[in-house]
Amino acid sequence: MSVIYLLLSLSILVAVIFFVAFIFAVKNGQYDDSYTPSVRMLFEDELVKEKPKTLKKSKLTNQE
Amino acid sequence: MESSTCFHCGDLSDSSTIFYDDKTFCCQGCKTVYEIFSENDLTCYYDLQSAPGSTPKDIQGKYDFLTQQNIIDKLVEFDDGKSQIATLYIPQIHCSSCIWILENLNKLNKNISSSQVDFGKKTVRLQFNSQNYSLKEAVILLSSIGYEPYISLEDFSTGKSQVNRSLIYKLGIAGFAFGNVMFLSFPEYFEVKEFWLEQYKPFFRWLMFAFSLPVVFYSSQDYFISAYKGLRAKVLNIDVPIALGIIVLFLRSTWDIVFDLGSGFFDSLTGLLFFLLLGKFFQQRTYSFLSFERDYKSYFPIAITKISKAGQEQPIQVYDIKKGDRLLIRNEELIPVDGVLIKGRAKIDYSFVTGESDPVTKVSGDKIFAGGRQTSGSIEMEALKSVEQSYLTQLWGNDVFNNVKEDGFTTLTNLISKRFTIVILSIAFISTAFWLFVDSSKALNVFTSVLIIACPCAIALAAPFTLGNILRIFGKHKFYLKNATVIEQLAAINTIIFDKTGTITSNKQSTATYEGDVLSPSEALLLKNTLRGSNHPLSRTLYDLLEENDIIMLDQFEEHVGQGIQGVHLKDSIKIGSANFVGKTNETAALNTSVHISSNDAYKGKYTFYNSYRKGLSQLFNQLKKNYDLAILSGDNEGEMENLKKLLPARTKLLFNQKPDDKLEYIKHHQSEGAKVLMIGDGLNDAGALAQSNVGIALSENVNVFSPACDAILDAERFNSLSDFINLSKSAIKIVKWAFVLSFMYNVVGLSFAITGRLEPVVAAILMPLSSISIVVFTTITTNLAARKLKKNEK
Repeated sequence: MSVIYLLLSLSILVAVIFFVAFIFAVKNGQYDDSYTPSVRMLFEDELVKEKPKTLKKSKLTNQE
Repeated sequence: MESSTCFHCGDLSDSSTIFYDDKTFCCQGCKTVYEIFSENDLTCYYDLQSAPGSTPKDIQGKYDFLTQQNIIDKLVEFDDGKSQIATLYIPQIHCSSCIWILENLNKLNKNISSSQVDFGKKTVRLQFNSQNYSLKEAVILLSSIGYEPYISLEDFSTGKSQVNRSLIYKLGIAGFAFGNVMFLSFPEYFEVKEFWLEQYKPFFRWLMFAFSLPVVFYSSQDYFISAYKGLRAKVLNIDVPIALGIIVLFLRSTWDIVFDLGSGFFDSLTGLLFFLLLGKFFQQRTYSFLSFERDYKSYFPIAITKISKAGQEQPIQVYDIKKGDRLLIRNEELIPVDGVLIKGRAKIDYSFVTGESDPVTKVSGDKIFAGGRQTSGSIEMEALKSVEQSYLTQLWGNDVFNNVKEDGFTTLTNLISKRFTIVILSIAFISTAFWLFVDSSKALNVFTSVLIIACPCAIALAAPFTLGNILRIFGKHKFYLKNATVIEQLAAINTIIFDKTGTITSNKQSTATYEGDVLSPSEALLLKNTLRGSNHPLSRTLYDLLEENDIIMLDQFEEHVGQGIQGVHLKDSIKIGSANFVGKTNETAALNTSVHISSNDAYKGKYTFYNSYRKGLSQLFNQLKKNYDLAILSGDNEGEMENLKKLLPARTKLLFNQKPDDKLEYIKHHQSEGAKVLMIGDGLNDAGALAQSNVGIALSENVNVFSPACDAILDAERFNSLSDFINLSKSAIKIVKWAFVLSFMYNVVGLSFAITGRLEPVVAAILMPLSSISIVVFTTITTNLAARKLKKNEK
């Protein structure tokens, strides 16, 4: 019946992976500005819609 | 198309409209920006938002100091020889078009490899190739498209600031642990006697123990530190019972699982911390684009032009200015040190320093003081003092700027917590003593249960959520507070002191009355047309006030510097200017600014200028006079006294000719008599008074422009709502008190379980989140209801 140990450690492992991802996200400064990205992500579509020829410019965001 | 709006900046464009590419522009500058954008395929800028731009200003020579290595080193964050990264503060950032254009700078110049906007902080982070491009060129590029960066002395002294993200980490860890512990303790809630669950109980419990470790030893750090500090200062603050609760929760739970007495209270422990930190996080979110800690450094330029002995111009860092240096002050530049005027016509606007609204004319040899802004052409001056020793900057040597206001103020929560802690501790000891006689085996259980259930989670949450929500509501109505404590202090004030110039008067408008002989239609026509040619501020004001007239071509127009203007049309001539200039010599010195007029050398009369007061001023004063003592402190002369007396309630005190430290002393004097003072001002001259008062509000026509150090910034257009803001603060305090009552009721229920020795982990696990969530719901609903009045009055 030791399968429960396996299952538990797996589930905790998954949880810990997400937790570490969160820590790294904070460390990279993703939580410093919570407004601009929400605007930025809407730009690409508008550019493409109005000027199809400028597709190559669609790399707008400059996330480090 | 007489009055259409500018395609670029949205301003009304009048007769000087420029047509280009089927679009109208108000000036050459706006057209140029449009040209730059259209050449580079960036006209999408105008699709995202209509008329998003701002007019570029003339910056000739202004950024020459950016070639100096020591200044560049301070501004650049990263430099590897090939590329540099710099973050620039741009106050004009205001819409999505701004973000878009600033993040597409690389299309305007190939050397800029990336640019990223932080909308909240109004900054742009530039990465550029430093071999082919310089910071100066980048700044000039930004200025040319109407996004001039603001670089001040503050940037030089602060250097790079470190962002503190520990609260997010702590909150994340607490939330992570809370979720997992809840999962693991779920089976035990239902008391299912299932074989396998019974088998693995110890394993589940020790896992919960492991999850709670980082919560106790990392997430709750702040509470232990604050409680320790409080105890050392002999204050029972709210963190004392919280820290006690956390320790007892952890020890009791560990004890329980070690001796197999129960599942422990790990779920309540982690949940408690999660909710508490959430409250803290909620309250901490303020306005990152506003700074409430400004001193003269954020007004002063980082560098100025020095003229060397050989007559060459070179940029010099402001701190390096020595006595005897010759400095060049360009138009619209700030004078950084006290000195003597050597060359040029100085017209200095001291409104920052004294509150006096009219520019002062100085001639060569006169002393000029730091903080004044030169308003006509460039001048040369010799420095007499260094920056720190100048008259204006000395004000910051006053002690009030080193005191932290919050230190002297006991918040409502801490006031309550003192009594609360004493009551809880007595209940704990009495009930323990009782059980020692009745059933000594239960005594320890009861003691810990009382401390656990009484842990004032709900009380600690009441103020952060109420005040945090009010803070956001105020923000929506353009009243920005430094922190939540300001609300509590605002609710306690009983005296309100106003500055005059720029606070109760509007900077934008003034009114003028005419005294003397009536002007004939032809004279009025000539007057208006002569004024058209002049750029003097008084001419502009008078021009705007006069009725619309036909435009005629003058045969002759002369501007006599510092005296007046003269216009000739056909046979008629008109002189407009000072009394001497128009030929009236026996004019007595008047307190108000006036402009005299003579037609064909015969004196006609004069226009006298008055301040124009904000709309609804007397209404606001009448609302406020019922509950508060009102006073006006002005740096100006007494010219407006009669006017103000008519406008304001009779008991308002009026004081004129107040220097910055007079204002400070006046407030200090009233405070020593027990007054709680609210000061409302706008300029640097009020900085001392704003710092000394219990609540200092800086009024601002444009919140993105700078205001002195203060507790709150109020947008000038909401000046009339001041009374509503104060009333809402008072309601907020009432709401907090009701929330306290609500959480006491939860405590009474919880304590009845605890004292009787029947506190099960599941009861604690239900009561703790239930009380917290209901407090959050209660405060959110009631604050929004209370704010409805504010919304109604807006319309």
